[in-house]
Amino acid sequence: MAQTWLKMRRSWELYLLILLPIAYLIIFKYIPMFGVIIAFKDFNVIKGILGSPWVGFKHFENLFQSPNFPVLIKNTIIISFYSLLAGFPIPILLALALNEIRTGFFKKSVQMITYAPHFISTVVMVSIIILMLSPHVGVVERIFTFLGLPTTNFMGEPGLFKSIYVWSGVWQEMGYASIIYIAALAGVDPSLYEAARMDGASRFKKILHIDLPSLLPITITMLILSLGNLMAVGFEKIFLMQNPLNLSTSEVISTYVYKVGLLGANFSFSSAVGLFNSVINLLLLIAVNAIARRVSQNSLW
Amino acid sequence: MLTKTTKIREPFGDRVLLTCIYLLLGTITLTVLYPLVYIFSSSISSPDAVVGGRVWLFPVDISLRAYESIFQSKQLMMGYYNSIVYTVFGTLINLTFTVLMAYPLSQRSMPGRNIFMILMMITVFFSGGLIPTYLLVKNLHMLDTRWALWLPGAFSAFQVIIARTFFQSSIPLELQEAAQMDGCRDIRYLWSIVLPLSKPILAVMTLMYAVGHWNAYFDALIYLRSENLFPLQYVLRNVLILNAADPEMLANTAQALRDKGFEQVLKYALIVVACVPVLIMYPFVQKHFVKGVMIGSLKG
Repeated sequence: MAQTWLKMRRSWELYLLILLPIAYLIIFKYIPMFGVIIAFKDFNVIKGILGSPWVGFKHFENLFQSPNFPVLIKNTIIISFYSLLAGFPIPILLALALNEIRTGFFKKSVQMITYAPHFISTVVMVSIIILMLSPHVGVVERIFTFLGLPTTNFMGEPGLFKSIYVWSGVWQEMGYASIIYIAALAGVDPSLYEAARMDGASRFKKILHIDLPSLLPITITMLILSLGNLMAVGFEKIFLMQNPLNLSTSEVISTYVYKVGLLGANFSFSSAVGLFNSVINLLLLIAVNAIARRVSQNSLW
Repeated sequence: MLTKTTKIREPFGDRVLLTCIYLLLGTITLTVLYPLVYIFSSSISSPDAVVGGRVWLFPVDISLRAYESIFQSKQLMMGYYNSIVYTVFGTLINLTFTVLMAYPLSQRSMPGRNIFMILMMITVFFSGGLIPTYLLVKNLHMLDTRWALWLPGAFSAFQVIIARTFFQSSIPLELQEAAQMDGCRDIRYLWSIVLPLSKPILAVMTLMYAVGHWNAYFDALIYLRSENLFPLQYVLRNVLILNAADPEMLANTAQALRDKGFEQVLKYALIVVACVPVLIMYPFVQKHFVKGVMIGSLKG
């Protein structure tokens, strides 16, 4: 005890340094967390969060009974699963392929070019999508016409919204997402490859029996993290891609929270929707982590 | 069963696989590259060529008028100026907070460092969400001020972990012992020894944070009301996605060009202009950020 006290006194400069970031965490992260209680209150601007009356689960009941609710849930789940299915394996494939070729101009160019779209802003990304898909003048439309395919108003077609969202996301993020797997592959013990070569393993067998097993731990970690974020589909991109024509398939929980809460000034109801979403996310994260620990001994905690 | 030397090293199956890999990587790279080249080419082509569908890959009838009218637009230049202000000061705030958090967390001798770590990690998994955060910013009277874009995201836990790992793994402990022998305390040690040795990781963090600030529009959307505070991305969204083009932007150009074709080229040019600062930074720090991601991910 006395020793800890001595250590603490010796570390006073460290505490001084960390004071500002900790104050930041408390003010900007923990106070809003506490503010979530407005989901159980009828928030009144004049009375403030603490003064507003408690209403229990009223806002949650309203949400579950709302005719929008099934559509919101359906869109959110489909978009998340679709993104995961398309977006998760491709970076791994890219990393495996890059790992097979020797360092040189080709490898460097591939990496430099595929990483680049990650740094494009969402606004610019959505603008690119809209410009390239626009009817009459967009290049995709012209390619379709060239190939003799029927002309389509891509952004106005509700059935196409999810595919456009997901595959443009794959285009933008696959290179950058592959970095982590490339790093893991770079850490594989070279003697494993030498031994495999001695035993006459082909390149394909080497990928199958050395590369893939080496990627397993990091893959599981990444999978848990993305499953934990499953319901948190990106607000920004979907919001920007929405138009009145595709709203039936593009409205998700986060865009609904924004519209009802900030545009409609319905703070309590909107917080209830947001809280419902976070709780599902957390449960998913815990469940997936438990499964991963059972099945493979790899887990976040 | 002795195999003959050298020539049999790459059996037929391996060569097929390798060819497939080259083809796959080539296709992926071209798919990523094509839209980028197309946008750049369209931005410096004549409106007639763009609308007439004559631009496929390379620019046709090169013309820089779209860029001229961008630089004459007050709204856009204001946005550009604001974005630079948000990015420079925002990144400085981010770097300061990240180092202040990461350095103490990297010191094993500090009692209670796990408590601080847990305090930070909880915020990764739980958050108040949009509305409570908005109400907090409102109560702090930061709505419609630049502070609303700087303070609520003062650091990211992910960057703190990367920096902490770097401090722990890449700076020899002997240095600290030697410094302590000479009577050097933590703040002085951080300033004169740790930070100069951490340039690669500071470069990575600068890039990550700066790109984040430059590309952000959501905070501006919810917190800002005054037009003179809008960052470039927000102005871009109005022009590119909501089609609320600023008449001033087209006014200085000849009447004949104020048609749909010119607007189209203008949009391509705007995309290029918005990406330029990031593209300039990108090659310089590309090597570093790959390293940064690796440090952060592998030894976590």
